[in-house]
Amino acid sequence: MKILVAIKRVVDPGVRVRPLTDGSGMDIATAKMSMNPFCEIAVEEAIRLKEQGLATEVVVVTIGSQSAQEQLRSALALGADRALHIVTDLPLEPLAIAKVLHVLVQQEQPQLVLLGKQSIDGDHNQTGQMLAALCGYPQGTFASRIECKGDEVWVTRELDGGLQTLALKLPAVVTTDLRLNQPRYPTMPNIMKARQKPLAVIPLADLGVELQARLQILALETPKLRQQGIRVKSVAELVDKLRQEAKVL
Amino acid sequence: MTLTNNPAVLILVEQDAGGFSLINLKVMGAVERLRHFVDLQVDLLVVGKDCAAVADKAARIPGVRQVLVADSDSCEQQLPEALAPWLAKLACDYAYVCVGATTFGKNLLPRVAALMDIQPVTDVVAIHSACEFSRPIYAGSALARMRTDQPIKLLSVRASAFADVALGESIAAVVPITPPPPQHISRFIDQQQVQAERPELASARVVVSGGRGLQAGENFQLLYKLADKLGAAVGASRAAVDAGFAPNDMQVGQTGKVVAPELYIAIGLSGAVQHLAGMRDSRVVVAINKDPDAPIFQAADYGLVADLFDAVPELIELL
Repeated sequence: MKILVAIKRVVDPGVRVRPLTDGSGMDIATAKMSMNPFCEIAVEEAIRLKEQGLATEVVVVTIGSQSAQEQLRSALALGADRALHIVTDLPLEPLAIAKVLHVLVQQEQPQLVLLGKQSIDGDHNQTGQMLAALCGYPQGTFASRIECKGDEVWVTRELDGGLQTLALKLPAVVTTDLRLNQPRYPTMPNIMKARQKPLAVIPLADLGVELQARLQILALETPKLRQQGIRVKSVAELVDKLRQEAKVL
Repeated sequence: MTLTNNPAVLILVEQDAGGFSLINLKVMGAVERLRHFVDLQVDLLVVGKDCAAVADKAARIPGVRQVLVADSDSCEQQLPEALAPWLAKLACDYAYVCVGATTFGKNLLPRVAALMDIQPVTDVVAIHSACEFSRPIYAGSALARMRTDQPIKLLSVRASAFADVALGESIAAVVPITPPPPQHISRFIDQQQVQAERPELASARVVVSGGRGLQAGENFQLLYKLADKLGAAVGASRAAVDAGFAPNDMQVGQTGKVVAPELYIAIGLSGAVQHLAGMRDSRVVVAINKDPDAPIFQAADYGLVADLFDAVPELIELL
């Protein structure tokens, strides 16, 4: 079974970001960048499936600027076999990303496509579902458990009200949630080895996908901050304030 | 399907363990906001098996033209593989399609959108005009104000950002429609519902949340005791979920649930930006943390610097 994992380069989750004062973008020009945490979970799961002998090849792909190669090399160091870099500086919407990935799925013919459930920059939570739609594949979103069973993959999904398990006919698209696994750290020898692994660089234009933006971002605004309140000195004072002042008890 | 030439909005009605989900009243609240800017007929769509009771309840939402009902054995689980292609056709008669930004809506709407070649706007928290919306990005560190001129606008709305409408007595027409044909690429195996001893996070009047400061999963018992005293739901920070203290369905934050209760009590929780994004619309926020510099205090109406293992038992005692 071949697995395709789509990953994204994002601002490191530890970095606090804010909009530029003119609202034209985020103040991230010098921010530390990382692989999106949900994508790390997807890479980890693919590697585990390979280690269990269930996957034969793990291919990682990213769509982004030249510098996104750093994240592909990280994925190779974690254990992916080869990488595809679709190079573009355009900020693409989820629908456009899904269209590009659809072309790659047609070329690569993976049995399983793994993606993070959302990226921590755009926070859309759309790409996996859209890719599944375009491919006509079943989708297992927000996965906390993946089990391969013959020509199916069983996916346990994290829903608002509990857990749901679905059986999906392969090929399928699965998006990962937090509790699926705990991603490993790369080892030094594997980081060295990753430099030798194949990484194909493909200009976005070569794929011939229609990419026109459908949404226009008018401004990025700082959300209204909550007004800072007061410090209370004791539990008794807290209860009193909640009863008499806030009137919530 | 369209009864007049007026533009219309289709609301995808969500169902939960109790049948008609209260989230639908919030989605209607968002649609009412949209109707300030554009004259819209409102249709509701109920899909499922034996869903007449849900449809009857939906029909009591004021201002609805009709409730479309697709009732079929094959629709019981509302799997997107069956629903999306069918919805993509149905949606062509509408100017807007709206659904709650819940796991139900997040799973379904993008699949429909891709089949229609439409880029949806998800997690809408503000509606500024017929085609301008705001949605949070970067874990709520910024609000992106965006415009779309696509002929059909697909929106998922964040319930906590909109007022709910009340069910009325007037009854809209309930119209059966042909359900989607069965599909064979996905199949339901089972579902484990969360035990409903406590109110649901999304609709609770009071929420008690714990963070990494709880130190261990079993210490969440302390929060459950407090919650029982207050009739509250219990939440957790992403750090607490990551550490294995609490299941993911308790996570409050940008990657979990977004809540806006009357009273939010954050205990042993630092207040990472991604957590604040999930509770910033709460009316009154209380923070109990032994670290006086924890960012949660900046978002709290009442802050108490104290060891939670002393303060929480005392609080339970005094309530």
